[in-house]
Amino acid sequence: MTAIARHVGQRVSGWINRLSRRNTAPATLAYRSIYVLPTRGGLLFALLLFVLWLGAINYGNSMIFAFTFLLASLALVTILHTFRNLRGLKASVLPPEPVFVGEHATFVIQLENTDPRPRTAIGLQYARRLQALTNIPAKSRAELQLQLPAQHRGWLVAPRVRLFTIFPLGLFHAWSYLELDRRCLVYPNPDSSTAPLPAGAGSDGSRPSSKDGQDDFRELRRYRPGDSPRRIAWHVVARGHDPQTKEFAGDALTPVWLDWYQLQALATEARIARLCRWVLDAEAEQRHYGLRLPGLEIPPNQGLQHRDRCLTALALMPA
Amino acid sequence: MNTRDSLLSVPTLVVLLCALALAAAPHAIRQPFWLTTLVISCGVWRYLIAQRAEQLPPAWLRTLLTVAVAVGIFGSFGSLFGRDAGTALLTGMTALKLLEMRRRRDVHVLIYLGYFLIATQFLYDQSIPMIFYLGACSWVLTVLLMAAHQAQPPLSPWRYSRQAASLLLQALPLMLVLFVLFPRLPGPLWRLPDDAQSAISGLSDTMSPGDITHLSQSDEVAFRVDFEGPPPPAELRYWRGPVLSSYDGRTWRQGTLPVRPAAISQQGEPVRYNVLLEPHNRRWLFSLDVPLELPPQARWGGDLLIEAMQNIHSRRSYALASSAHYRLEPQLTEALLAPYLTLPEGMHPKARALARQWRQQAQTDADIVAAASRHFKDKPFAYTLRPPSLNQDTIDEFLFKTQQGFCEHYASAFTVLMRAAGIPARVVTGYLGGEFNPLGDYLIVRQSDAHAWTEIWLQGQGWIRVDATAFIAPERVEQGLAGALSGNDNLPFLARRSEGLLKTMNLQWDALNTAWNRWVLGYDPELQQQLMDRIGLGDWRRLVAALGTAMALTLALLAAMLLIDARRQEDPLLATYARFCRKLERRGLGRELHEGPHDYAARISRLRPEIAADVTRITQLYSHLRYESATPSAVEIRQLRRQVRNFSP
Repeated sequence: MTAIARHVGQRVSGWINRLSRRNTAPATLAYRSIYVLPTRGGLLFALLLFVLWLGAINYGNSMIFAFTFLLASLALVTILHTFRNLRGLKASVLPPEPVFVGEHATFVIQLENTDPRPRTAIGLQYARRLQALTNIPAKSRAELQLQLPAQHRGWLVAPRVRLFTIFPLGLFHAWSYLELDRRCLVYPNPDSSTAPLPAGAGSDGSRPSSKDGQDDFRELRRYRPGDSPRRIAWHVVARGHDPQTKEFAGDALTPVWLDWYQLQALATEARIARLCRWVLDAEAEQRHYGLRLPGLEIPPNQGLQHRDRCLTALALMPA
Repeated sequence: MNTRDSLLSVPTLVVLLCALALAAAPHAIRQPFWLTTLVISCGVWRYLIAQRAEQLPPAWLRTLLTVAVAVGIFGSFGSLFGRDAGTALLTGMTALKLLEMRRRRDVHVLIYLGYFLIATQFLYDQSIPMIFYLGACSWVLTVLLMAAHQAQPPLSPWRYSRQAASLLLQALPLMLVLFVLFPRLPGPLWRLPDDAQSAISGLSDTMSPGDITHLSQSDEVAFRVDFEGPPPPAELRYWRGPVLSSYDGRTWRQGTLPVRPAAISQQGEPVRYNVLLEPHNRRWLFSLDVPLELPPQARWGGDLLIEAMQNIHSRRSYALASSAHYRLEPQLTEALLAPYLTLPEGMHPKARALARQWRQQAQTDADIVAAASRHFKDKPFAYTLRPPSLNQDTIDEFLFKTQQGFCEHYASAFTVLMRAAGIPARVVTGYLGGEFNPLGDYLIVRQSDAHAWTEIWLQGQGWIRVDATAFIAPERVEQGLAGALSGNDNLPFLARRSEGLLKTMNLQWDALNTAWNRWVLGYDPELQQQLMDRIGLGDWRRLVAALGTAMALTLALLAAMLLIDARRQEDPLLATYARFCRKLERRGLGRELHEGPHDYAARISRLRPEIAADVTRITQLYSHLRYESATPSAVEIRQLRRQVRNFSP
């Protein structure tokens, strides 16, 4: 029953999509979804033609008529060219990389031109401002980037953008709306405090100095991206092998728990900010750290993937 | 503000400057020197600014220059409007706009001003070579307009030259449709200020000894005539211009009587013809003796002269009907005839004595005319382009002393004699003859064919033409000027009767130009109405409907040419898979550009398990045919196509 309902719902929304001429990425810009209107330059051109036409009537000059008609025909012909520049363009959006609050989320829109003709000056417009402009040679691809400021943590939903062109003569403006249908994860802003990481379980309360940690060499493990260069066993690299990271006894012994409930003094957002700062610090010090949040506990680990998991959990904390 | 980084690279700017210079250049000979200097300086200045990445001149300086240009033009031309002052103003403003160019919109405005300049060139010259020149200028401006809209980095504008040319070519059919069918409104819409009269030679409204002789030095075309049937014989090719009836002893002038309707009765078939008249800064429309009706937009002047409403400052075409067998005003009262009998007191005593003698000896007026004819034929009169000048009593000196003259001398003397003998007479000026161009089947009448003759009034017969020149040089009527003069060297080149390649080429070019002038440049509201009547679109509503239909058809054809061929995919296998993807895309399950077929199939299967089986099957078959088998057979491709056709997500 629910399968039928879902099927019907999908059919209907597909219909609505088509009727409302919306393109949801990935999409091919179809003729139905492209609007064409004169630009301001085009209106000025029309004024020029009108003045020329009046002059031609006044002076009874046949060639001025011919010239005016030539320019008018040129304008009408460029409607077709401007339209063709956009029609059939394939667009899709790459999954965006997560960013921090205060940075810019980048949505990369990939365009593919399957025509044997190049497409010139395809532009991306959002919030009434030109974001990017590019040419796409015949049968090849290009990219346009949309940068949005990330102001709040959590999901930043990509907005509806316009792909447009005014090529060849700037008299007409052809555009099509594109729903990007992507979200960018925005990590919370780490706070600027220099509060030290909380003590790890099983230690004597003081933070083990990195110097201590480095003394007890334990083993070599394969290099993971993000490992500190200070810990790479360079003599192995010098011998021509793949890089290896030195792991010390101190690391695994003192995993640090970053605990929500230990920050009672702070408000919710401040807590998130502090925890975020701690995650980044711990990762920078190559410590093992775990995250404890209301309703979620991430066991201690280390590495970029673990960091991202923690940051994601923090970003998605309900307010 | 730094201008270097923004709009146009320096090479593109140079192209823009050159294009504008070329569009404005033909005006330079008509505009004051200071303006041309200013325009060139602005161009050079702008180039230097761009090259050295300097600042544009400040606003106050530009305003000052604008005002200076306006004042200068007002001083040179006497106004800011009209053809000459207007184009000068446009040229000046374009040059000043160069100094203001900082935003993309300014580049547009400059290119549009360039188009405007090109259009104004047509006000002065619409000949075929100029059209090619201006066509090239338009093409360069279009290239620049394309280059102004490309994505960064700015590349050379010439890479768009082919595309711009093809755009213009694609616009041509629609332009022709508009040119022929767009309703031409009769102008002018408002009164045009008088423009400077360039020195155009031609008949004037007075005649003194030496005037027509002077005209014989010019082989410029006065007008061309296209006859509907066979052209009239040479002795009937009298072209009527201003009629002069007021005489002061030396100069004939137009009469001052109010225009009265002329009673004409004619016999036989009238001759129908079309005249293509070159501009001559007067109002007269020449007609074959005598015209029977008025062309549109014209009125009768005095004495059967046809006048237009305004000076003829541009080439004009009109249709007329004339008859050579006519009776013109056979009944006139003495009061109306009186002006045609007056002679100045005390002048020409010997001529008057001679005329009185004829009157006493004759019984009828016709006898007097015969006596005069005998007098001219018997005495040693000569027809020459270089008669001695007449300083005292022009008529007496000519008739009794020098006895050498050109057509104006003979016409003037004969008219004076007739008036002295009591026969009303008037001088008619115009043209006689013309050269037939067999390549275009029309008659060329040049300024060197200018002529003067007499009309006398006989009771019961009305006005009758008598050409005194024919008494002494009848070849002038039959063979034109070249046949009447001995030796060709006093005639301008084209008036001579020569054969040869140069002459033939000239005639061919004249034929081409005339056809162009008549049908294309002369395509005015009247001609359009005639043409539309002939094809059944006389009613303006039907014309507009036809225009709309033709435009829609042309655009549809163009759209078909431009928009359809891109769809075809050469490889049937890729086309079939593309169709498969399109079907899914319509349901919102499009393929990401970075997804391969298998990943795509996997993702779809996850999202929509109910079509997973079909999707997987099709994808596997496609992948096998495309990547694994060397040459997929037609059967297999058909199988894939069938599966895709039956697939419905």
